[in-house]
Amino acid sequence: MKNKKISEQQIRHLAKLTGLSLISDEIKKFPEQFSEILDYFEILKQINTKKIKATSQVTGLENVFDPDKPTASLPIEAALKNAKSKYDNFFKVKAVLKK
Amino acid sequence: MKKERLTIKDIILGLEKKSFSSVELTQFYLDQIDKKNPQINAFITVCKKEALLQAKTADKLLEKGIKKPLLGVPLAIKDIFLTKGIKTTAASKVLSDFIPVYDATVVAKLKEAGAIILGKTNMDAWAHGSSGENSDFGVTQNPWQKGFVPGGSSSGSAACVAADLAPAATGTDTGGSIRLPASFCNLVGLKPTYGRVSRYGIIAMSSSLDAIGHLTKTVYDSALLLNITAGKDKTDATTPKIDVPDYTQNLGKSIKGLKIGLPKQYFQDGLDKEVLLQTQKAIKVFQDLGANIVEIDLPHTKYALAVYYIIQPAEVSSNLARYDGIRYGLDRTYFGNEAKRRIMLGAFSLSSGYWDAYYLKAMQVRTLIKDDFENAFKKVDLILTPTSPTLPFKIGQKTKQPLQMYLSDIFTVTANLAGIPGLNLPSGFVNGLPTGIQLLGLQFSEDLLFQAGFQYEQKTNFYQKTK
Amino acid sequence: MTIFIGLEIHIELKTESKMFCRCQANHFGKKPNTQTCPVCLGLPGALPVANRKAIEYALMAGMSLDCQIAFFSKFDRKNYSYPDLPKGYQISQYDLPLCGKGEFEKVIIRRVHIEEDTGKMIHKVVNGERVSLIDFNRSGVPLLEIVTEPDIRSAKQAGDFLRKLRQNVRDLGISDADMEKGQMRCEPTVNLQIKKDGKTFYTPLAEIKNINSFKFVEKAIDYEMQRQLKEFEKDGVEKKDGNKTTRGWDEKKQETVLQREKEEAADYRYFPEPDLPPIRLSKQEIEKIKNALPESTQDKKQKIIKTYNLKDYPEKNLDILFSQKEMISLFESTAPLAMKESIKIEDVINLIVNKRVNVVKTKPEELIKTLKEKQQPSQINQSEISEIIIGTIVENSETVAEFKKGKEAVIEFLVGQVMNKTKGQADPNQARQILREKLKSA
Repeated sequence: MKNKKISEQQIRHLAKLTGLSLISDEIKKFPEQFSEILDYFEILKQINTKKIKATSQVTGLENVFDPDKPTASLPIEAALKNAKSKYDNFFKVKAVLKK
Repeated sequence: MKKERLTIKDIILGLEKKSFSSVELTQFYLDQIDKKNPQINAFITVCKKEALLQAKTADKLLEKGIKKPLLGVPLAIKDIFLTKGIKTTAASKVLSDFIPVYDATVVAKLKEAGAIILGKTNMDAWAHGSSGENSDFGVTQNPWQKGFVPGGSSSGSAACVAADLAPAATGTDTGGSIRLPASFCNLVGLKPTYGRVSRYGIIAMSSSLDAIGHLTKTVYDSALLLNITAGKDKTDATTPKIDVPDYTQNLGKSIKGLKIGLPKQYFQDGLDKEVLLQTQKAIKVFQDLGANIVEIDLPHTKYALAVYYIIQPAEVSSNLARYDGIRYGLDRTYFGNEAKRRIMLGAFSLSSGYWDAYYLKAMQVRTLIKDDFENAFKKVDLILTPTSPTLPFKIGQKTKQPLQMYLSDIFTVTANLAGIPGLNLPSGFVNGLPTGIQLLGLQFSEDLLFQAGFQYEQKTNFYQKTK
Repeated sequence: MTIFIGLEIHIELKTESKMFCRCQANHFGKKPNTQTCPVCLGLPGALPVANRKAIEYALMAGMSLDCQIAFFSKFDRKNYSYPDLPKGYQISQYDLPLCGKGEFEKVIIRRVHIEEDTGKMIHKVVNGERVSLIDFNRSGVPLLEIVTEPDIRSAKQAGDFLRKLRQNVRDLGISDADMEKGQMRCEPTVNLQIKKDGKTFYTPLAEIKNINSFKFVEKAIDYEMQRQLKEFEKDGVEKKDGNKTTRGWDEKKQETVLQREKEEAADYRYFPEPDLPPIRLSKQEIEKIKNALPESTQDKKQKIIKTYNLKDYPEKNLDILFSQKEMISLFESTAPLAMKESIKIEDVINLIVNKRVNVVKTKPEELIKTLKEKQQPSQINQSEISEIIIGTIVENSETVAEFKKGKEAVIEFLVGQVMNKTKGQADPNQARQILREKLKSA
């Protein structure tokens, strides 16, 4: 068996971290699929990037701001329009623990 | 003039000459959609009532002599663009009942220009895909040959224009999602410079890579649409304040002396023989047009796919975090297989302990890939490559392993990483299946892409081919 | 034993619109979800655009805290899931904040950065079900985050620091910083250094949340200090990587309560915000903002102390003077006139601070007049005062009787009567003294 880069436990942890629920088929297949993809990423080890700057944006733009002038908000019906669970103009969810 | 073969240019002329009205034309497309869409599955939503209403209004304005660049012209919109009051799903069950309360900037601009919205086209869910097989609303067929993929993620947009269900359709291109389907469907597909067209109101896939473009039959149509959609948008901070020229004005100019570079890394193993052959034929056309063909080096090409599949899922994992079912849509249990894979892969690359080795590394190599292009464009004006390493493939052929499918993007992801524009041009058929080549240019060089593309198109006329 | 206290403070900036959209920022008391838009609601396709004024306010804050200002800074996404966080990430600043190291009230500031606030949740029972109701009016409001080094050594010092910081941001005009309205929030992190048997130990860090007043910050710190000491004496557990806990302040029980066992360090997966270009400041821009900074209360106070040689004047009175804008401006316009008339500056301050004058309506010239009158050598001689005092005693037999019964305070009434009769010319202290003498023998 190929040396798995990512274990089932890690897959479960990632699912939890990202709020996803996995079906059994995914729990079975993801470790292998992820490992294959991560193996492909190994190619990046070939280059030395120690002195290379990271690119996170390609526009070269800086200092893009809006003046502090308020504009109209959405009417409340529009804001709530697509919510499945509402109460009294609030969005409603099952009680959550404090942050 | 057969209505099926109409380009936008033809339509504008036809409406002006009163060869047909907007209502007649719109009704024609709606009838075509009724007839052909069940087999092709290019549309998720067809806006019968709204489209005819818009067409009626357009006819009234046309009657009055009102001038608007797209007045009365029907278009299809990829279902990743928010359309106010019209269901927008990104082809995912999560948004199967989502009705936006605002229009994407591009949609507003097209409407302002007088365009008619025929419907929302099918796609790979969340734009995750290169074939059109990832939709939660069924696979889209390649109209040129049933059983073959139209390419993705703008699968429905490509299929509907190729099947004459609309003269043009909008799309998004994050790693090739306009150019690849355009090449599989014999269409002109434009991926503009990153930031040339506003992303506001378009469901974000990978924020630093997403480019907003369109698929058309001809280069002229593509230039015309860019005239409308391009420009700085106050609500998108990544759109620079660069003027929008008339992209149609240089089309007729000769490209004699134009330096076109062929990057050797795009012509190595892994490229289908037939695709190579078609590409070489295309190169010959450019030579005949007077262009100088030069071999160039883009040394970091081989790392591009790995860089792309680290950065893109990372941004995807963050952009899809808002879909929690609280304010709209269904909850996260409705995410499909590919979406889950990318979200988790992205979270992995960003998580502590792996951030440096994956995400940071990818960002650094991205710099090298961007620099490759900057250096190359010091020697040449444009770069030409095949768009896809293979011919259009069969449905189900590459779905066994995700990596198999990801490899479809090897020639297209580089443009997104560098933020440069790319234009797919039809390069002929092999066994009834379309192929395409792409032209790449410096940031904001779309007018040069169109110019070269138009000259090539006039010589090859592939867009005139019918099934 | 030494206590180490570091503070993490969030301050709502008083901009007109939100941090990344132009919805109104002032959300207090507004009907729920009436100030939202696609951006702050996290609708699909929405994109942020940064509020210039919020950045300016953040820079002003950093400058007032003597912070290094970053010539280049950027926004980052802090990824985590919570119902009040609509995008599933908060736009904040991670490794390149607007402001770096600074100092305020002898406490080192680690950093100051800008971020957006979350929505608000109310926990209720609706139709028998325990639910959380979410209002996104507050989502996207600009927040300043200030982090100090653990330099604070007592609960009182923490409280004083916070009070001075609040005054500072109010002086700058960048926030109302009203803790009751949630416009200023503080989370202290506390641990102890304990020396025992020649060895030095550190207790695990505890971060305390859910405190909504400066008084409770002090109480929570004091409680936590005792609790950590007791706990260490019991189990000897020392500070280690990963054993920092989060505790909540329970107002009713007046104690801190453990919220999470082992703080599973949340993996926020920070990465640079792709939708917002970075910020690059020039030296000139920074200078411009610095020069436009309103003078801080501290600076003003020090200047006045220096200018008028008030080293020995009770600082308490100066603090009162500075607590009201009108008092300061009355003082500032009166002081130069007082100098001209050789009137003592201390007397000017005393007069203003003793609330005997209407600081809003009184003109500086009137103050000068009152002070000059006071300065006049008394027109009344000793015998005249004695006469008036005797007369006062006779006319107020009831009050005198009360005084004799032991109600000493009523003497002030008599003093007042004497002052009235002498039209303020008598020296109240002298009058009081003579009254006492006479009352003794009366």
